[in-house]
Amino acid sequence: MNGILVLIPVALGLGLIGLFAFFWAVGRGQFDDLDGAALRIFIDDEGEQPREGPDAAP
Amino acid sequence: MNRPAGLASVASAALASSRFAVPGMRCAGCIAKLEQGLANVPGIAAARVNFTAKQVEVSHDPALDTPALVKAFAGLGFEASPMGDALAGPADGEARALVKALAVAGFAAMNIMLLSVSVWSGAGGITRDLFHWLSALIALPTVAYAGRPFFQSAWRALKARHTNMDVPISIGVLLATGLSLFETITHGRHAYFDSAVMLLFFLLAGRWLDAVMRDRARDGVSALLKHMASGALIIDDDGQSHWMKAEDIRPGMKMLVAAGERLAADGVILEGRSHFDQSLITGEAMPVAIGPGGRVLAGTLNSGDAVTVAVTAAGADTSIADIARLMQDAGQGRSRYVRIADRAARLYAPAVHTLALLSFIGWMLAGAGWHESLLIAVAVLIITCPCALGLAVPAAQIVTTGALMKAGVLVKDGSALERLAEADTAVFDKTGTLTLGQPAPADLSVLGPTEAGIALALAQCSRHPLSEALRAALTATGTLPQRVTLVTETPGEGLTGQWNGRLVKLGRPAGDAGAAMASALTIGDAPEILIRFADPMRPDAANTITELAAMGVPARILSGDRAGPVAAAGAALAIPAQGGLDPAGKLAAIKALAADGRRVLMVGDGLNDGPALAAGHVSMAPGAAADASRNAADAVFLGASLAPVAIAIRAARATQAIVKQNFALAIAYNVIAVPLAIAGLVTPLIAALAMSGSSIIVVANALRLKGAAR
Repeated sequence: MNGILVLIPVALGLGLIGLFAFFWAVGRGQFDDLDGAALRIFIDDEGEQPREGPDAAP
Repeated sequence: MNRPAGLASVASAALASSRFAVPGMRCAGCIAKLEQGLANVPGIAAARVNFTAKQVEVSHDPALDTPALVKAFAGLGFEASPMGDALAGPADGEARALVKALAVAGFAAMNIMLLSVSVWSGAGGITRDLFHWLSALIALPTVAYAGRPFFQSAWRALKARHTNMDVPISIGVLLATGLSLFETITHGRHAYFDSAVMLLFFLLAGRWLDAVMRDRARDGVSALLKHMASGALIIDDDGQSHWMKAEDIRPGMKMLVAAGERLAADGVILEGRSHFDQSLITGEAMPVAIGPGGRVLAGTLNSGDAVTVAVTAAGADTSIADIARLMQDAGQGRSRYVRIADRAARLYAPAVHTLALLSFIGWMLAGAGWHESLLIAVAVLIITCPCALGLAVPAAQIVTTGALMKAGVLVKDGSALERLAEADTAVFDKTGTLTLGQPAPADLSVLGPTEAGIALALAQCSRHPLSEALRAALTATGTLPQRVTLVTETPGEGLTGQWNGRLVKLGRPAGDAGAAMASALTIGDAPEILIRFADPMRPDAANTITELAAMGVPARILSGDRAGPVAAAGAALAIPAQGGLDPAGKLAAIKALAADGRRVLMVGDGLNDGPALAAGHVSMAPGAAADASRNAADAVFLGASLAPVAIAIRAARATQAIVKQNFALAIAYNVIAVPLAIAGLVTPLIAALAMSGSSIIVVANALRLKGAAR
């Protein structure tokens, strides 16, 4: 019985973390362009974009 | 090294953000090309592609105006159209709010269900109380948050003194939650938190599907938006020119309209001569030559040379705006259409509430005590709550719109599908709808190989539609251009040039060519060769018309074009045809058909069809149609073929059949479950099983529509 008192809050907390992660992703627009996201992995020269990394600026 | 410096200066100023529709992007390469290519343009800080919506968001220096940005796209090989604020606004706000509510309801439903399973499997005493309290803790905020869409809609309906599906839903959820809370406080045995939250979850799923369907189609339609004169280059008195938005243009200003641009305002030509493609306004396929002093209308396309136009009417006073007003008035009838789910709710809601009330009174009279009676009444409400009904319509409709989208038809919302299924008369516009709206040479065999080469050499120097059609057709046959020098173009007359020391001319036929579209090729002193043009029918036009007739949807033509070509098109397809109609005339014809009790499907593309599109019971427009027409239409079909019209009607009818089956399933389930509930035999466990079972059956039935658009 004592185990339940610990486990239930833990389970709920983990679920809530997932829920907030989903809210965060929706708010950041991560589900706005699902087709584009699938295609972007084919772009292999993203390193050439000057503003992508901190070391890009010469 | 100057690029980072340029960027720094851009970043220091406030960045402006613009959205563009770029229908031409097709692959990962396009994304990379657009994002990296645009970022390399001075003044543009960043570009972000949304591939699903076929849009690009550019953040740029505010000094960079719209035409400069469009030019930047053109430099990369993409045609881009700026999107108005109305379209670029918070497009997906509703779907986003619903998906959040759905996530909350899903989270809560799963957790409460876990707790409920232990209660059902025999937990008692203090454990049961603890689990009920935990359920209440999860359920109360969930109902408050995830239930809002229903409560708001129900409240609006009640305030307007009618009822919709959301009224029984709201009452059911609120009563179930309230009673469960009471049960929890009084250490009762049955709490319905799981049912209430699961009900919300299923219903939100339906509501969210509905919103996604609308957003997806709207994104598709707006991605097709062509740049229809969002502004013009205005010439000041001192001769300087600057870009001005359409709404800021005033009568009396002078605007410079380059070749290939659409006019942003009505006016009179001051300088220059050009051809104007007025097909959007009048429906006539052939461009009209207009010179100084001639009137030109907003929305027409300048297909010849640059002209200077004195603005006579702008904004709300243009002839386009007149048509828009007609459209607005005509569209009011359609807003009175009541969707099938709401029609069902009008019968369903009072029946359910009466039933619940009667079982409460019945058990009271039988001496069960008010607590027991209320519990049974709530069980009746929960069992009858239109869970499957709420999913019955959207589940079927989203499967169909998905299938139709793959077949090239974008349906704007579920109500459009319902009305499409009811259509019993089809009315077609001619130019651009039944036909492709682009002239093509009728017979190229009149030209020998040398003559064809000369014609091609001349034609490729001009942007006149007939020249472009000739060039396209000759290039397709593999003709190589001859060497023609000193080519000059006289608007309204044609092209002249030198070939082997002889004067060659391609242009307006000297004699009367029978008012048909034609141009003439003259080589030296030889007699002219007449090249006739026709506006070819869309592929499958005849098949589609026969198919529609077989489905009980007879077709007819209402066109703004001259009576001759219209009658010819009607004869070719063996359907009645009427020509020479202005927008108001078309509107009147549609209204007359509606007064006869016909449910008219209007298919048109031009702005002149706009009012008729808005007035029809349901309407479709080809993807190449004018913006306003696409917006007025319920569905847009892409590609050259007319076949999607018949496919869409067939799919809509199949959907309606499935929706009716779903309703029948939901009612059958009620017939079995309600007597159990009234008898007081329904426990929370049975309610949960019945609810999810019926929802799954309804969704599975809807999935059968996947192949509907074939």
